[in-house]
Amino acid sequence: MLKKIIILLFVTCFACFNVVFAAESGGMPQLNPEFWISQIFWLIITFGILFIVLTKVILPKISDNLETRKSQILENIEMADKQKEDSQKKIDEYEKIILDSKLKAKNHFNEAREKILDNINKKRAALEKDLDQEIDVVEKELSDLRNKSGDKINKIAAETSAELIKELIGEEVNSSSIAAIVDDQSKINKERKDV
Amino acid sequence: MASNPMYQFNVYRIGPEIKLGSVDISFTNASLFMVISSLAILIIFNLGAKKKTLIPDKLQLLSELSYSFVAKMISDTAGSKAKPYFSFIFSLFMFVLFCNMFGMIPYAFTVTSHIIVTFVLAAFIFIGVTVIGFMKHGLGYLKLFVPSGVPMVLLPLIVVIEIISYLSRPISLSVRLFANMMAGHTMMKVFGGFVISLGIVGGWLPLSFSVALTGLEILVAFLQAYVFAILTCIYLNDALNLHH
Repeated sequence: MLKKIIILLFVTCFACFNVVFAAESGGMPQLNPEFWISQIFWLIITFGILFIVLTKVILPKISDNLETRKSQILENIEMADKQKEDSQKKIDEYEKIILDSKLKAKNHFNEAREKILDNINKKRAALEKDLDQEIDVVEKELSDLRNKSGDKINKIAAETSAELIKELIGEEVNSSSIAAIVDDQSKINKERKDV
Repeated sequence: MASNPMYQFNVYRIGPEIKLGSVDISFTNASLFMVISSLAILIIFNLGAKKKTLIPDKLQLLSELSYSFVAKMISDTAGSKAKPYFSFIFSLFMFVLFCNMFGMIPYAFTVTSHIIVTFVLAAFIFIGVTVIGFMKHGLGYLKLFVPSGVPMVLLPLIVVIEIISYLSRPISLSVRLFANMMAGHTMMKVFGGFVISLGIVGGWLPLSFSVALTGLEILVAFLQAYVFAILTCIYLNDALNLHH
């Protein structure tokens, strides 16, 4: 009985193993060595060519590109810094020029103002002088006229009074006495006016 | 047979059988996608590197961004000494990335879902890094297995562990990429199969899963390429700057 069971177990195990092995041989193509050599051969060829071409041709180009870009960027940054500095300098210069010109303009303005003021003063002085002179002349004329007019008035007054007296009393009165009286009278008048 | 989720990983001959001596090196669909990926990388980056304008256009920007991305990754993880290995890591990253991404196109073949491909890449890296380490430091490179500041009692054990972890690097590196790609594609195929079998009534749920998985797989495709490249950088760092 025991013997029978053991034999049965053995047979079942054998059958199972057989099935598993059959599945294995059909199941894992990776473990089938039929094309191993071919795969190794083609792997070496393709990977070898890939490696050689990448190393000799392509990677140096890419690294070159990266290097050029790096240096170009550094150069550009440097240039930009330089230009910034330059522009700062120019701005400073420009501000200085503006300040200078402002100062100059102020000076010019002041000068011009002084000149004009000077001119005006001079002209005014000249004008005033002229005016004074004219006023003087006129005053002199006036005073002359006044002085003269006093005498004339006296004379006329004396003459008219002589005529009047002649008309009134029909007698020639001494003209000198009449003149003296008129003089007196006009002096009194003048004094009164002066007072 | 097409409903088998593993069917998509089948390699088959395209064109005639090519034999080099007794070994079969026929052109297969895997080879085709290796060639397509390499050609795509070369075309895109060549176009991106061709014009030397100060303000880059789209392709130029793409290639320059990838360049600085990989350059930064290398300088961050392996320092300035790793500069001579830049082009190798760049090619490696791009190759894995493009193979992964081309695999995302429906009916396309995923080169990196084959353990033999990832293992050859990882083994090459492992051997290269070991050679570089011994060339730079001579036998002093063996100090890598002896971390400083470990008590003498533990040292034999630690050294054994370090050696095992060092030797398992190519395996972990290759299996990580291969398993991720295979699992993702298998899962998408399985969900795609569910869409068909559940039909118009119940097929919407697996369809939405399928859509979400596509997004996830694109992320994984990029991430695994990145991990592959960055682990290479870390191994290179161990070999170049020996201080544990």
